[in-house]
Amino acid sequence: MMAQIVFLPIIVQLLLAISLLFSWKWIKWQKIISNVGSVLSLVIAIWLFSTTWTEGTLTVQAGNWQAPFGISFVSDTFAATLVLLTAISGMAVSFFSVGTIMPARLKFGFLPIFHFLLLGLNGAFLTGDIFNLYVWFEIIIISSFVLITLGGEKTQIEGAIKYFTLNIFASVIFLTAIAVLYGLTGSLNMADLALKVAEIQNRGLVEVTAILFLIGFGIKAALFPLYFWLPASYHTPPPAVSAIFGGLLTKVGVYALIRVFTLIFVGDVFLGNIILVLAGLTLFSGALGALTQNNISKVFSYLIICHIGYMILGLGMYTEMAITGVVFYLIHDIIAKTNLFMIGGLIYRITGTYSMRDSGGLYAKYPLISLLIIIPFFSLVGVPPLSGFWAKLTLISESFKSGNYWLIAAILFATFITLFVIARIWAEVFWKESKPLPKLQNFRYFEKLKLEKKILIVGPIVFLTLISLYIGFGAEYIQRLATRVANELMDNQQYIQAVLGVNTTN
Amino acid sequence: MKSIILKTASNYLLPLLLLFSLFILLRGHYLPGGGFVGGLIASIAFVLHAFANGLQTTKHLLRIHPGFLMPIGLSVAFLAGISPMFLSGLPFMTGIWFPEPISVVGMIGSALFFDIGVYLVVIGISLTIIFTITESK
Repeated sequence: MMAQIVFLPIIVQLLLAISLLFSWKWIKWQKIISNVGSVLSLVIAIWLFSTTWTEGTLTVQAGNWQAPFGISFVSDTFAATLVLLTAISGMAVSFFSVGTIMPARLKFGFLPIFHFLLLGLNGAFLTGDIFNLYVWFEIIIISSFVLITLGGEKTQIEGAIKYFTLNIFASVIFLTAIAVLYGLTGSLNMADLALKVAEIQNRGLVEVTAILFLIGFGIKAALFPLYFWLPASYHTPPPAVSAIFGGLLTKVGVYALIRVFTLIFVGDVFLGNIILVLAGLTLFSGALGALTQNNISKVFSYLIICHIGYMILGLGMYTEMAITGVVFYLIHDIIAKTNLFMIGGLIYRITGTYSMRDSGGLYAKYPLISLLIIIPFFSLVGVPPLSGFWAKLTLISESFKSGNYWLIAAILFATFITLFVIARIWAEVFWKESKPLPKLQNFRYFEKLKLEKKILIVGPIVFLTLISLYIGFGAEYIQRLATRVANELMDNQQYIQAVLGVNTTN
Repeated sequence: MKSIILKTASNYLLPLLLLFSLFILLRGHYLPGGGFVGGLIASIAFVLHAFANGLQTTKHLLRIHPGFLMPIGLSVAFLAGISPMFLSGLPFMTGIWFPEPISVVGMIGSALFFDIGVYLVVIGISLTIIFTITESK
């Protein structure tokens, strides 16, 4: 009954959310439950990951209904890795939000909803049923909508409307695509779909369905022509919320794209080329967007879009090495982006503004914190030997091999722009002489906070920075992990066999 | 709303509608119905009562804040979901049943408790929404 642990990440988050709802009025208890619970869920994620690593893909059927009919939950190496990353960033953000979120927001259920969001993320990574994936997406959207509006400031509502409209639109497209797929095959189990879609004669219809999936997930992942909701909304909620959004929400879209296009719609050259073009344009436009912004949080939002391009690019090339690069980048990016938005929050706490032009002098005031911050900045750019470097190296060498020289140009362009933007933030916020800013009323500046709160704010950043450093310096292990994931993804028979329990290679 | 007819009728309708919602809840496993619809009917009963007698009377009648029904319902459903894991080592959400049917209620199993959980959550959510809207105008 080892396979039962596939449910545990989901069950624990649900249990946490329910117990947080019970302690609705006792904020102090909520904070303790959330922190202890997120440590617990990290332990469980590590357990799931190590079991998956040693024993191979784990499958369990919810409700004990057999595979193509019931809902399968599958923990292959890819899903287990993402659950582990969710637990790591979830824990960091849980501590960070206890340190930074205002009591008014906590009073209206910030923490329960946060754990419902993590529940949705874990479910989306672990499910092996495409309709169930849709349901988890809905859980994610609804809880993220609450998180983004909680507090009810005018800018928040404005951002939330854009966010919600486009995400619901994406869900509708996703649902339509599922309906078409169900009409074509009569199945919803992803492993079963993989078998049945391969047998369909009418390839044109399959291609159209695949494009519907690409658009639906593309909106969620913030791909090139569909990303406008992201920079319009991600800077509006408090930094703890932006951190979990930036780190994980768009990555669920990327995860779904990778899953669907390596398992169900396999080996379509035309589609691969579309994805490549979209990836190149995403890199290009995200980078240009980041250049034009002055608000730190908005710069980070555009960097998310820009860096989604790297992952989609590898998916478009569709070779085992390229997918290895994608998985490595995904691992690096989840940690780096979560950290980036928390750093944005820390800068805001210290200076009282998100504007690059107005702030300054951080290095003179807090040299140690500044040195801490520069590590995630550099690993984001991909300065060797930090974490971003290795993934980009794989992607560049793979584009070189496949002869797509313009892709190398796009990757290098995006990297240089990222470097430029990060250098500008460094120069403006850290090195420039500080300007006399009007002191904000009722604003709790970092220097006035109690030591306990300071630790709660800086601690998660240190934690994620250490993880980032590990990804960089322990690149050998991460590369081995990514290679194994890529191997499993490229050979979809392994997944199918694990779920359906039959040998399909004939 | 001040209407003697509505006021008198709602006092009789409240228990009737609640009974009907329980009926819908119980038949839900094999026939159309179930926790969601049952919960909606039960909340309609309270909403009608609130229309006729005012919000305060209904709140007094309920005793607890309807929002509190959400975690209760969720935990009932959650326990129904995980019970097969502990009782017989079967996967999450597997239906386990008592061998003999009970008169009136019928077969009892974890699915029924899951439905009861849904029923409570639906009552909790819809009453919270409607009460909040009524209060804020």
